[in-house]
Amino acid sequence: MRELWKLYRVFFNIGICTFGGGYAMLALLQRTIVEQYHWATEEELMDYYAIGQCTPGIIALNTSTFIGYKRRGIPGGIVASLGFLSPSIVIILIIALFLKNYASLPLVKHAFTGIRACVTILILDAVLKLGKKSVVDKRSWAVFLTVALLSVFTKLSSIVLIVAAGAAGWLFWHKDVEQEAAER
Amino acid sequence: MITLLRLMLAFCKTGLFAVGGGLATLPFIYEMSRTTGWFTAQDILNMVAVSESTPGAMGINMSTYVGFMTSGIPGAVLATLSLAAPSIVIIVIIAKGMERFKRSPIVQSVFRGLRPASTGLIVAAGLGVAKLAFFPEGDLTAGLDLPAAVLAVVLFALLRKCKLHPLVCIASAAVVGCVLQM
Repeated sequence: MRELWKLYRVFFNIGICTFGGGYAMLALLQRTIVEQYHWATEEELMDYYAIGQCTPGIIALNTSTFIGYKRRGIPGGIVASLGFLSPSIVIILIIALFLKNYASLPLVKHAFTGIRACVTILILDAVLKLGKKSVVDKRSWAVFLTVALLSVFTKLSSIVLIVAAGAAGWLFWHKDVEQEAAER
Repeated sequence: MITLLRLMLAFCKTGLFAVGGGLATLPFIYEMSRTTGWFTAQDILNMVAVSESTPGAMGINMSTYVGFMTSGIPGAVLATLSLAAPSIVIIVIIAKGMERFKRSPIVQSVFRGLRPASTGLIVAAGLGVAKLAFFPEGDLTAGLDLPAAVLAVVLFALLRKCKLHPLVCIASAAVVGCVLQM
């Protein structure tokens, strides 16, 4: 019970800090989930994130469900997701009830110019950490660059890119993985 | 009552079929406005503006807002939960499967391909955010927004060298933005 409450609180905080499409959330996930609580490894976070990209639903929410499930099964998955949803519901309701002109307030505009700059560096920070673990040899560099370039310069959906990368993973690495398994 | 039920169905459908980040829910919300008349296209633009300038994932904020516009606080809560429910079920099923097939060489090699790809997608998304953050209206020919760029460099140094917490980073960026009227 106490563990579930903790899951709720941690994901509530993460929900508050999710600006700009869930990507800034990654830096926070690394700091709290990986480094502070050791609830998941950096690799697992990447796996969840990759799956979250190509399954229905909001990526950030999918990642929360994954980590919650890993900690405490189905109740954990539900509680972590609810924790992540709660701040959105509260904040949007307050704005809808009392602050009809919220988005055009000068103060909000100024604050968000600052926050956007911050979100960029949080993403950069997350990418540098993830890259150290995921982009390690020529083959992974090839996958990384191909996906990044195709995603920036073409309209290919991320689902197509993720599925293709999974196939490439099998092609490139299945011999290595089998060998590693045989050595163990 | 009927409206709440229709709201629930509409958002379950969105949660089930909107794949991908951020704006993936938007086409569904436009369709909702066309078929139900609950809100207008202008309302949607306002909702996008609010969702973009509040914490929380965009799709979730949108569903809370739409739910509230349609049937008040019960609508807001119901719409948000309906959006989340299908993906929670799907992820739990996948997570169960992953536990079982974790040791399979096929799954392991597939994930070795997914990890660099995931990093690549985040880089691409980050570049999109950077464009909006450092160039007015995201227009690359309009020239660099120098104060924003300086703020980013300073924050990055603090984040890496002093291990500043991401939350503190966001809060101070908001304060600096207000004080400097950025």
